[in-house]
Amino acid sequence: MASSYDHEDVQSQSQVDPLGYDPNYVPDSVRTFVVHLYRHIREKNVYEIHQMYESSFQTLSDRLFKETPWPSVDAVAHHVDNDHVFCLLYREMWYRHLYARLSPTAKQRIDSWDNYCSLFQVVLHGVVNMQLPNQWLWDMVDEFVYQFQSFCQYRAKMKNKTEQEIALLRQYDQAWNVYGVLNFLQALVEKSMIIQILEQEKEGLEQFTATDGYDYNGGSNVLKVLGYFSMVGLLRVHCLLGDYHTGLKCLLPIDISQQGVYTSVIGSHITTIYHFGFANLMLRRYVEAIREFNKILLYIYKTKQFHQKSPQYEQILKKNEQMYALLAICLSLCPQEQLVEETVQSQLKEKYGEKMNRMQRYDDEAFALYDELFSYACPKFITPSAPVYEEPLVNYNQEAYRLQLKLFLYEVKQQQLLSGVRTFLKVYSTISLGKLATYMEVDDPTLRTILMTYKHKTHAVDSDGKIGSNADVDFYIDDDMIHVIESKPTKRYGDYFMRQVVKLEGLMNDMDRVKLD
Amino acid sequence: MGIPKQQPQQQYTVEQLLALNPYNPDILPDLENFVNEQVSSQTYSLDANLCLLRLYQFEPERMSTQIVARILVKALMAMPAPDFSLCLFLIPERVPVCLTFCWENKYGQVILDSMCVSFLLLYAPGDGISLVKEEITVLAQMEEQFKTLIVLSHYLETARFRQFWDEAAKNRHIVEVVPGFEQAIQAYAIHVLSLTYQKVPRTVLAEAINIEGLSLDKFLEHQVANCGWVLEKSQGKGQLIVLPPNEFNHPELKKNAADSIPLEHITRIFPILG
Repeated sequence: MASSYDHEDVQSQSQVDPLGYDPNYVPDSVRTFVVHLYRHIREKNVYEIHQMYESSFQTLSDRLFKETPWPSVDAVAHHVDNDHVFCLLYREMWYRHLYARLSPTAKQRIDSWDNYCSLFQVVLHGVVNMQLPNQWLWDMVDEFVYQFQSFCQYRAKMKNKTEQEIALLRQYDQAWNVYGVLNFLQALVEKSMIIQILEQEKEGLEQFTATDGYDYNGGSNVLKVLGYFSMVGLLRVHCLLGDYHTGLKCLLPIDISQQGVYTSVIGSHITTIYHFGFANLMLRRYVEAIREFNKILLYIYKTKQFHQKSPQYEQILKKNEQMYALLAICLSLCPQEQLVEETVQSQLKEKYGEKMNRMQRYDDEAFALYDELFSYACPKFITPSAPVYEEPLVNYNQEAYRLQLKLFLYEVKQQQLLSGVRTFLKVYSTISLGKLATYMEVDDPTLRTILMTYKHKTHAVDSDGKIGSNADVDFYIDDDMIHVIESKPTKRYGDYFMRQVVKLEGLMNDMDRVKLD
Repeated sequence: MGIPKQQPQQQYTVEQLLALNPYNPDILPDLENFVNEQVSSQTYSLDANLCLLRLYQFEPERMSTQIVARILVKALMAMPAPDFSLCLFLIPERVPVCLTFCWENKYGQVILDSMCVSFLLLYAPGDGISLVKEEITVLAQMEEQFKTLIVLSHYLETARFRQFWDEAAKNRHIVEVVPGFEQAIQAYAIHVLSLTYQKVPRTVLAEAINIEGLSLDKFLEHQVANCGWVLEKSQGKGQLIVLPPNEFNHPELKKNAADSIPLEHITRIFPILG
């Protein structure tokens, strides 16, 4: 299965390479690297594997393979007993490096898909007996979805495709097919039984989160953890397709109010919350989105210094900026400043304070700003259907994004009149409909519809169908009199007492331990 | 080529299909039948309809505009839930369609040609291409249906009930296909009124639910008897309807959830207290 397209691989490296890349040349350091990595994997030394995967691979890439691919898998295979699974893993890293540093050709994209198929098939058949670090397993799923997204973008740019490329796309129409991608992720979730494992863990019948997903009984963590991360993968794919409801459903088994395996890898933590928040934004559940963005942004602020050397650092920073933009959007549509931590507030004011003021005016400039922020922060939406190969060939890679943007701005427009209402309601405790109508320069019936719109838009429907208010200022109408409801920020005494009780107990324990001579 | 084998087709219910095999193009006909079943039996399943819209997104040639229109009507009926928007997110603006069209070239010759183009679903093509008559009607219908439903949704989202009922009346052929439509929208209207008013004037209610005169009297009787509504006489302006108190129109009823502590947190300090 593996050898046929390997051969093609080597031959297809006909890319004009000024550095004279020789796929068969294996520097000593690479030989040492694969030999050691292979041994560590066989011996299940997870810590060493992690070190080699995170640091050594990066160092070698930076030193020797800045602008070329790593040696081909054929060239290194005999150093590792031609081990089938190791070769699949090596190839996965090989393609990931290619995507990161170079531009993959059509054939390389298709071959990478084949490799993922083989790799996942092996895992799904349950014959894998390795323990791999969570970072690596997360990267596999993350990269899988990324390459799918990249392929859809690439495929949608039909205009300048050569005959050869088009022929290739037509021939390998199964490669990166949306059904294939979704079914693999779904298969990993099902075969690993991860949903049942998480359920049973709540009852104390299973250990998964407590061991960070690792298996200390001599087994393998690969299928379980891949299954776990695939839930996040499915959330991501569904967001790319514009199906936010189903995406959130796929994430349900993971309790994001707690630590979990998803927080064991920072990339996974950020991706999960970013997509969770974005999906809730599109579902108009602004409070949920604000809460989660606030938590993760605070977390990143406190911990990013520890990731400065990591290869994910740039990505972390990028997502951080995007989430500030999304938070700015959420707070402009749903002013709830008290949900945001001080540090995050000040960062937000610095980056988007000016813009948020202008966005709340709901004039043309405001819409332009909503457009700008949304376009900057949104996922790279894709068109999943097969391209139309008939003339004239067009580029349609922007269409999915344009649709989501349009529908988002449509919603923003519907909320246009609400900021005016808010301003007045903040100033009065009661006001007659007639008077407010005069101030707002509309007639009575129009004012009634505006007030009802305000109520409808600020009372979101949550995932259980319950209605909850996210209005910062609220009111009710008695015939033709508007009564403004004052919302006092409630003091949370319960939490305070809890903390003090625990603190005192700790203090008393410490004192007990002190031996007095 | 390594894609996991899909389940062989057996007699599964739609719920089972969705749980076991949601990403399978073969279930498309089942999901389409299920939409028609929802319409005739006045039931609703957002998950099943989103699944179908997803499959249409993957294979646009198989899309049935009639089914999509029905899904959209059902989604409208689910308001205040944002289901209608969720459906729109999945309906691409362009659908590949094979057209026959005629055009006049620079020599004044009329050319009849056919090609596959991407048809703009929600907007008219324009561009001076004139289409053969038969195609025009079909495409215009496709376009009109969705446009109308979007307009109706817009009116409901912005509580413009009078405009909504007017527009719905002009488009009976779209909305009357789905039984229970009127009642569902009236329920939504009452929901919004209940969020907003403690006491609402009769005229406002009448406009929102599109019931007048004797029918409205009967309706009010029923609501008084079964739903806790109370009728009052306002000073010379007509009837006032007192809606049942809830936490949204009666602030004193709002449960102060802010200071409640979940039981799991208390259990953490049981060892200390005990």
